[in-house]
Amino acid sequence: MNSTNNLYNLTVHEAHELLKAKKVSSVELTQACLDHIKRVEPKVCAIVTVTEEVALQKAREADERIAQGKIAPLTGIPTLIKDNMCTRGIRTTCSSKMLENFIPPYNATVIEKLGAAGMVLIGKANMDEYAMGSSTENSAFFTTHNPWDLARVPGGSSGGSAAGVAASEALFALGSDTGGSIRQPAGFCNVTGLKPTYGRVSRYGLVAFASSLDQIGPLTKDALDCALVMNVISGYDRRDSTSASESVPDYTKGLPHDLKGMKLGIPKEYFVEGMQSEVESAIKVAIQQLEKLGAKVEWGVSLPHTKYALPVYYIIAPSEASANLARYDGSKYGFSYKDTESMWEGMEKTKQFGFGPEVKRRIMLGTYALSAGYYDAYYLKAQKVRTLIRRDFDAAFEKYDALVTPTSPTVPFKIGEKTDNPLQMYLSDVCTLPINIAGVPAISIPAGFVHGLPVGMQIIGKPFSEPTLFKVSHAYQQVTDWHKRTAKL
Amino acid sequence: MKLSREEVVHIAALARMGMSEADIEKAREQLSNILENFEVLKEVDTADVPPTAQSINLQNVMRDDIAAPSLPAEDIMANAPDREEDLFKLRAVLDLD
Repeated sequence: MNSTNNLYNLTVHEAHELLKAKKVSSVELTQACLDHIKRVEPKVCAIVTVTEEVALQKAREADERIAQGKIAPLTGIPTLIKDNMCTRGIRTTCSSKMLENFIPPYNATVIEKLGAAGMVLIGKANMDEYAMGSSTENSAFFTTHNPWDLARVPGGSSGGSAAGVAASEALFALGSDTGGSIRQPAGFCNVTGLKPTYGRVSRYGLVAFASSLDQIGPLTKDALDCALVMNVISGYDRRDSTSASESVPDYTKGLPHDLKGMKLGIPKEYFVEGMQSEVESAIKVAIQQLEKLGAKVEWGVSLPHTKYALPVYYIIAPSEASANLARYDGSKYGFSYKDTESMWEGMEKTKQFGFGPEVKRRIMLGTYALSAGYYDAYYLKAQKVRTLIRRDFDAAFEKYDALVTPTSPTVPFKIGEKTDNPLQMYLSDVCTLPINIAGVPAISIPAGFVHGLPVGMQIIGKPFSEPTLFKVSHAYQQVTDWHKRTAKL
Repeated sequence: MKLSREEVVHIAALARMGMSEADIEKAREQLSNILENFEVLKEVDTADVPPTAQSINLQNVMRDDIAAPSLPAEDIMANAPDREEDLFKLRAVLDLD
């Protein structure tokens, strides 16, 4: 292979063909990624723990499996996992001081499934602490840099996963998405990222943030890879009682080259005030491309409760977080502050020094919203408006197969630009939050560049319509090459 | 509406969150600012709208109670900040004074 076609630049499906034909071994592919990580990681800072020994061991096992003719689509593929998914025997930090030395005694279901498929775990990806943030600047360890401009954020909270794939440190990654944490960084880093339908992928072993909103999904170099990963990680799991029992189709089947017969709606509320005009223009061009592919596009669709999604989200997510994170009391695992007079004081100091500012802010906010006297005004009210937001989507999906919007109102912002103003940071997720509130699936795909920075297009579907999202994305990627552009590092 | 210092201290106590004086003042400012932005929800008429707690149509999920091996105690205890044999060691929870 020549230098412009390095192994680490391959997609999953391209690498699979080479592995299957025994033109390349998983050890060679894995070593190529590990060497590349050594070169680019000092610039990108996407990985909390590089699992070099585990990776090479798994690569050798994959090669044995391939020699026996037992190759599956993800066998031998170097993979990056967001550091909030439990990996047995491998440190899982949530990019928090609280879990800095936590070694999980079990695997998340997605890790078990990928492991059975022959995945090569190459590292645990950096993130905003406990997945709370939109830039990775809330990581307790370091900030990840956007491969397209190292002075800018990669988005968050799955910023390490997105930047790692964009920098070709791994062939694909898993992230988690509570309010946009897969799609916003995917858009910022020019990769494909899917937030599946709530319940489609088991959350067992995912460190809980907001349980009614959290969902695991893939970050990949194209839609076909995304479908391949979803084939492996989707499905019912008895250990996650909110996982869905709907059967899992083969997501790679029937991906078309055109969109004839597809009805797409463009919700006007997602072209928000304060949106960068160049981003708006880029998305409009991308939508015209979908039209050229044969889709029937209708502009001016209204989801009237969209503007309430931000406050609803920032009541519900912190409320659930305040309950979920109460477990970090320094008694069973994680950081424990011991130098105090009493047990209660020790618990308070454990939280004070174990959590970073944004996590503490959200615990406080959620505690307030759930506290006596405020529950009805905040939490219950937010749950009722959540119903109205869901109904908006239900009504839209009676008319349209999918909705198309920008993933973010802006291109990636500069590191440090929004850290002093939590509300400004929250606004960067304004196009992605409503999707988690409604529990529907949405994908972000590369859709252009503005001043050399990526723009993501979000495609939203009804529950369990992942096949529709893959159809639109794949057809678009057959006639565009945004997703093939790689950052120069 | 700006939160009072007492309200912030009360929330911190409910959350068992230790805070410095500077933390309290900053939280007062930032939480008040965020809460102000929630006021917009008041304009939505939700009189006849039921709440949504989760987005899937599942009620209580039941399963058979099948015995299966648990994780070895040693695996669980390996992360314990303090232990005595197979028990988590804590300081007294009840103040008996």
